[in-house]
Amino acid sequence: MGVRQMSADVSAAPNAPQMLRDPAPREPLLWLHDVSLARAGRSVLDRVSFALGRGEVLGLVGESGAGKSTLALIAMGLLRPPAVALEGCMRFAEFDNLLAEPESVWAGLRGRRIGMIFQDAAAALNPCFTVAHHLATPLRRLLGLGRADARRRAITLLESVGLNDAEARLAAFPHELSGGMQQRVMIAVALACSPELLLADEPTSALDVTIQAQIMRLILQQVRARHASSIIVLHDLALASQVCDRIVVLYAGQVVEAGSSETVLRRTLHPYTHALKSCVVELETERLTPPEGGLPALGAMPAGCRFAPRCPRATDACASRPPLRELDGRAIACWHPG
Amino acid sequence: MSDAVAMFQLLDVEKVYRIDRSGWLRFGLGAGQRLMALDRIRLTVGAGDSVALVGESGSGKSTLLRVLVGLTASSNGRALFRGREIDRLSSAERKQFQRDVAMIYQDARGSLNPRLRVVDLIAEPMREHRLCQPSEVQDRVIALLTRVGMPADAAERYPSQLSGGQVRRVAIARALASEPKVIVADEAVSGLDVSTQAQLLNLLRGLQREMGLTLLFITHDLAVASYLCRRIAVMYLGRIVESGPTRAVLRQPAHPYTRALLEASPRFFEPIAGTLSGEIPSPIDLPSGCRFAGRCRLAGPECLEREPELQAFGADRQVACWRPETDQAPCP
Repeated sequence: MGVRQMSADVSAAPNAPQMLRDPAPREPLLWLHDVSLARAGRSVLDRVSFALGRGEVLGLVGESGAGKSTLALIAMGLLRPPAVALEGCMRFAEFDNLLAEPESVWAGLRGRRIGMIFQDAAAALNPCFTVAHHLATPLRRLLGLGRADARRRAITLLESVGLNDAEARLAAFPHELSGGMQQRVMIAVALACSPELLLADEPTSALDVTIQAQIMRLILQQVRARHASSIIVLHDLALASQVCDRIVVLYAGQVVEAGSSETVLRRTLHPYTHALKSCVVELETERLTPPEGGLPALGAMPAGCRFAPRCPRATDACASRPPLRELDGRAIACWHPG
Repeated sequence: MSDAVAMFQLLDVEKVYRIDRSGWLRFGLGAGQRLMALDRIRLTVGAGDSVALVGESGSGKSTLLRVLVGLTASSNGRALFRGREIDRLSSAERKQFQRDVAMIYQDARGSLNPRLRVVDLIAEPMREHRLCQPSEVQDRVIALLTRVGMPADAAERYPSQLSGGQVRRVAIARALASEPKVIVADEAVSGLDVSTQAQLLNLLRGLQREMGLTLLFITHDLAVASYLCRRIAVMYLGRIVESGPTRAVLRQPAHPYTRALLEASPRFFEPIAGTLSGEIPSPIDLPSGCRFAGRCRLAGPECLEREPELQAFGADRQVACWRPETDQAPCP
């Protein structure tokens, strides 16, 4: 019944991607500028820049190894020096550069103002603890609620993510729940403190299509209802077009094309985005023409455009790196857009 | 596709597990609850045909596949391979069966012995079935690797040195090594990048067409099913609820469950549909009536009373529903 109620809410909420003419959002909540990350001397992310507006849902798309999850972990403050070499600037709300802030600042943000939904809910939930424990911990530790208040809030949260019989579910251990229910609990944990920024790393790739649709609607509905912003890592472009206001396409640790979903997916200019689109299987697809090969190895990145070896448009010009520039309402890094 | 040459024929196949109160599987008969993993499955797979089995997790797709490859014995009904009962093959027949029917497992990495090099993994079926002289093995392995789009130097590597897409390719090469007639694949392209998935789909489609293989493909992605397979069987809670030619079924689904699956598939720039609420219920001690009735928007009183049987629906299609959607607009 919770689910049915939810569907009414969502149809009322604006679900369609907003048209944003300007590649930069007016009111950014999160702003990355030239963020680079290297691990053991190998560059994983290379001068990544994009901005996330307040109230926006932004999709990070690209193949495995492009750096999508790495970016989510950086934004959550879970990937920090000295484990990795990190450069660049990340502005978040009132912080000019979160990357330079000490752990004490991060500890106050993580879970409280920045929440994260992990890909594998079964692995992210601790098998030794009940649902109640998972939900009460952030509520009591971060918000300072008492035991009874935390319990009441936990029940409200579980109901808001569409779990029936919420009170009984509190006593359940993660293994007693189905995959879809585990993911709902994870979302409830991530939303417990009403974060301004919700990160989700492939939240539905382990789920059935029917449950995927339910969970994605739920995330959208909750983000909109709380006036929060969200970054969702995805690899399904069709799903991204349904969910995201803006899309950032990553290739081998670099932003290759970024802009509103409409612009990037309907009026694609980068050959890599074209290539990704050509991989999508739809019901009446007759022929797929995926690009050959895969991402270059971390230690052996091409000096110029990193997509050039797989690119049908590559020329001699691609031996030097194309800068990220503005073109036709989007940011793009390519010498031969079209 | 006459019955005489049917590759597989399932006649009312059932698989029942018994569970005692503590929830443990119970071996042997006795009191306790019944878990109907497969319920009166009727399916015919012709030689050279390609059939997709689709449905949510828990619908019995993998159990059905295990019955087909002889890993699980059915509780009732008959499962035939070229007219012979799979459970009752003699040991010589069984050996031939194992050669003719190759499986690609869902967890490709887990299905490959991590201590064997790729060359030995692919050579194992050749040696087991004595398909060629030992001196030819190396060349045949290289030929298979080339066939699945892998470089020859991959032969010396171990599975841990391969990427997810490469591991799937090796699993496909190993399945082809015994020169099978049938390939049975359980979610062989799920959990991969779109580009790798597209490459593998093209590979599988090419293999199936060029080598005349019979393909049985489990997937939860209807688009993948329509790309690879001529026929489709939609399963729900251990039953086939709709089957027929893939294009016809997906263009104009008759069963509300098929339609719900279609609507849940992501489509460019369409709002996320959410017609199907709830999750697949527990298969233990099912109530009478149609098992989809609890989630069905068309359910009526008759759906709660009696269970619909899989019946002919137009030419070449079957559906198990009291209220099949006949005059619905075709799906976009």
